[in-house]
Amino acid sequence: MIALEFPPINEILRWKDLFPGFNKIAIIAVAAALIATIIFLLAGNKDPKQAPKGVRNFAESIVEFIENGIIMQTMGRDGLGWTPFLMSIFTFIYLCNVPGIIPFLQMPATARMALPMFLSLLVWIVFIGTGFKHQGLGYLKSSLFPPGVPKALYILVTPIEFISTFLVRPFSLTVRLFANMLAGHILLVTFALLSEALFQAEGNPGLIPVGVLPLFMLIFLTAFEVLVAFLQAYIFTILTAVYIGGAAHPEH
Amino acid sequence: MEALAALAALTGDEAKAASAAGSAGFAYGLAAIGPGIGIGYLVGKSVEAMARQPEAAGMVRTTMFLGIAFTEALALIGFVVFILIGL
Repeated sequence: MIALEFPPINEILRWKDLFPGFNKIAIIAVAAALIATIIFLLAGNKDPKQAPKGVRNFAESIVEFIENGIIMQTMGRDGLGWTPFLMSIFTFIYLCNVPGIIPFLQMPATARMALPMFLSLLVWIVFIGTGFKHQGLGYLKSSLFPPGVPKALYILVTPIEFISTFLVRPFSLTVRLFANMLAGHILLVTFALLSEALFQAEGNPGLIPVGVLPLFMLIFLTAFEVLVAFLQAYIFTILTAVYIGGAAHPEH
Repeated sequence: MEALAALAALTGDEAKAASAAGSAGFAYGLAAIGPGIGIGYLVGKSVEAMARQPEAAGMVRTTMFLGIAFTEALALIGFVVFILIGL
């Protein structure tokens, strides 16, 4: 038999505090914010009249992706003013996700609940604020009493709309990002442990070649995580754009 | 039979942990059925739409990702429940 001992969840996710209240996950989050800030500051200092190259080219492609890929598809031309907000959210989440597959870091900062939770609370405040700014108290009316519904049905529709708009949205934003990154992290841990246990199988050398299989699966999953890290940042941003766009312009 | 006998011999906390581990598996498995069907159907239909009208592919893709995000949430809540009761 091989000895396969799956570590408790705390051992996978909890890192030692460097000093009280500040662990490596906080370092990843701070680094993500700093890297994005530095890249865009460097890009912003380049002469805008010359043809973009190097870091400015890179930064412009990100801005273009946010504008064409997210805002124009969901909010239309009116939403272009939201580019800075959505771009900070996108770059921050992406740079927090990517350490999940960088060797020696191997931990997505968004796999802890706190970071996605505060991001989605921020989004929650922003889209409710946008609704009140653009529609005043009519925002409550248009979101809780959708037009075109028979009057008697409001008894049923209003509580459902309240729960789905004001309670489920931030919750599902949080859980989607957090659970996706956590699931990916646990999958990587599982296959790494499995191949390690098979390679080190004592008294049963026939098992050692079998350990190549989970190793290939591990490589494949790492490549898959590259995609997931981008996709989750994209989905979080696009949902933010949809929520803000819906709050700014009610459906008629 | 041996496993069943071992299960019957458990007491108190052990039995609780064993049944939690079992039901955690069921929780995730059941939660994955619906979203699995949903995402398959959604992506299939989107591919159909993109193949029929390649010029609308960008719009279809955005809507597809939105739909996937909403459908997938159910499976992910199941996964969180799995973590909460199983580990």
